[in-house]
Amino acid sequence: MMRNMLNRFAEVPLAAWLIGALCAVYLEQWVGDPLTELLLLPKIPVLFGCLIVLKTPKLIPSTVVFLILIYAVPICVIAYAVRKPANMIAAKLFSGPIWISAILHLGLLYLILHIWSDISAYRELTLKFTLIAIIVTLSLNLINGYMGEFSCSHPGFMALGAYGASVFSLVLFADDKNFGEALLPGILGPFMFPLGLIFGGFISAIGALVVAIPSFRTRGDYLAIISLAFTFIVKSLIENLEFIGGPRGLGSQPDFSNLLVVFIWTVLCVWIINNYVQSVYGKATNAVRDDEIAADAMTVDTRKTKMVTFMFAAFWAGVAGGLFAHVLRFVNPSTFGIQKLAEVLAMVYFGGLNSVYGSIVGAVSLSLLGEALRPLELFKWIIIPLLLILVMIYRPTGLIAFKEFNIRNLIQPKHIPEDEV
Amino acid sequence: MTYFLQNVVNALQWGSFYALIALGYSMVYSILMLFNFAHGDIFMVGSYIGFGVAAALVALSAAGVVVLPSWLIFTLTILVTMILTAMLGMAVERVGYRPLRDAPRASAAITGLMIGIILETGNLAILGARRVRFPDLIESVTYEIGGVYVTNKKIMIVVVSLLFMVAMQYFVSKTKWGMAMRAMAYDYLVVPLMGVSINSIARLTFAIGSALAAVAGILYGIAYPVLDPYMGVLFGWKAFVAAILGGRGSIMGATLAGFLLGFIEIFVAMVFPSTLRDLIAYSIILLILVFRPHGFFGEPYSAKLRL
Repeated sequence: MMRNMLNRFAEVPLAAWLIGALCAVYLEQWVGDPLTELLLLPKIPVLFGCLIVLKTPKLIPSTVVFLILIYAVPICVIAYAVRKPANMIAAKLFSGPIWISAILHLGLLYLILHIWSDISAYRELTLKFTLIAIIVTLSLNLINGYMGEFSCSHPGFMALGAYGASVFSLVLFADDKNFGEALLPGILGPFMFPLGLIFGGFISAIGALVVAIPSFRTRGDYLAIISLAFTFIVKSLIENLEFIGGPRGLGSQPDFSNLLVVFIWTVLCVWIINNYVQSVYGKATNAVRDDEIAADAMTVDTRKTKMVTFMFAAFWAGVAGGLFAHVLRFVNPSTFGIQKLAEVLAMVYFGGLNSVYGSIVGAVSLSLLGEALRPLELFKWIIIPLLLILVMIYRPTGLIAFKEFNIRNLIQPKHIPEDEV
Repeated sequence: MTYFLQNVVNALQWGSFYALIALGYSMVYSILMLFNFAHGDIFMVGSYIGFGVAAALVALSAAGVVVLPSWLIFTLTILVTMILTAMLGMAVERVGYRPLRDAPRASAAITGLMIGIILETGNLAILGARRVRFPDLIESVTYEIGGVYVTNKKIMIVVVSLLFMVAMQYFVSKTKWGMAMRAMAYDYLVVPLMGVSINSIARLTFAIGSALAAVAGILYGIAYPVLDPYMGVLFGWKAFVAAILGGRGSIMGATLAGFLLGFIEIFVAMVFPSTLRDLIAYSIILLILVFRPHGFFGEPYSAKLRL
């Protein structure tokens, strides 16, 4: 019976699921408020009811009813109902160029996220931080997973990117007490913002060179301490530079990172890094991790491979830092300390080494878990580490390690052979 | 000149904390090839256990149940705390590291990091956010030697930590257990085949390392009596730098690197404004690593690591 049900859903393509989710979030916007009143909930369950349930456990039944009525039932029913037309459209698109199909799917996904996050500012902020966490985790996975080194410098790279991008947009597009009046009209700001992010990314890639030159002369654990020292140095450097605010931090960045910008950059990052790890360089990086001598014998320029991968990862960490600074619209050096390092490392190893899927899963699940368990206050910091320890013990390389990400498999139409139906 | 000497004394004290903690790091790193990121928090817990034991002994003494002289309270505090913290270290090894013996090394590092967070939060949950004050075990006496002010606490801290380091060196180089540990550091694959149990060596390593961290914790509590649950974090990471700077498999190296780190930090703060301390101190470390990429006493090892 159960198996039969699952079999029926096996032919629902991704497009149908997305349409179902879109209807669900629309439904929430239309009938969410009356339904919350009907069910005596204090407000719409923002993060799938986790916050409400943990604060007042007696609301569990009504929250579950809300979730079933708004999310579970509409998604399943609509996805199942539109499976045939969706399959047809997916098949038609699939036979054409892959990028058209991919962009349409991503557009649907963005629409869902946009409508979902429209309900409350808190949702939008959480979503943005989650997307940024995906970029950071992926880029650290390049070093710790694909290259097999242990790098502790990501907070430093993020700080460089955050400050680089912030200075860029504050100098050019904002009247600021540190940098004087805007040099360019503010209307150009959102269009030039990508340049600012890339600028921040390049600054952190140059910072990565400082780490890479001494540490890749030999293989070993020296990258771990050199990168750790680098994080301390960057933090201390920023604290001592008065023109960018010193320990007080730098605030009032223009509001350039709306959800669409963050989403587009995240998609770009996933796409580019996924292509990178499947390219010659990515495979060379894997070869260096598995056996440096053998890779060298196979004409891989090991030093160059390591340098390029390291700087590439640092670039993306810098971009993430720039987005972070513009989402929070305030940065200060103490954000980028040991705490951040532990957070990012946890996401990488939770999700899975050497895997784009894994990084996405790790970043999304840990950032949402971190928000959802907020009502538990202190015990959040016991539950999350315990969960990670369990994952490490039972799946030492993370939840979804060593799995390649393939867009074709995701968006292809799902047909079940005739004889099985 | 006296200012300089004064800072030498301070740096010796500061360096002995780093050196004691770095020793524990270095032992685990040399023998099991693991980063024990929980070590800084074991130091913190050791300090709190020391606080508990010392407070209990002082209270017993004050209540007249058993009247103990202050030196005996001090010795007992160190011994009892060392034993208790060693048990904690063994428990950490059992829970967080033994199940991961065959896993990639980095996974074990992550469990260590997470155990550290649990220890911090657990402490915060049990004792609350108020800071506790370490009882004064030793009455402070200040001596003046040629214009340099030295308290008896500072002398005691440096002497006690040097004593433990010498004892450690003796243990590792002269005893049979120490030989087993050195053998394990040399080759952890073959030595278990020779009848040395890797589990008991790992347990011993963690016990000794944690006991040393406990000593550092008590000494730190005597020098800077206000304890807080997050004090181990920065100490832990800096001692980690010192341990690897010393070179793999070298107790001398870790000790020296710990003292060096202490000296660099104190002297940078002496010459430059103290806000520049981390910046310059870690730039110096970076420079040292450029010229000695294997640390002070480490030897270059082959490209094949365990990951």
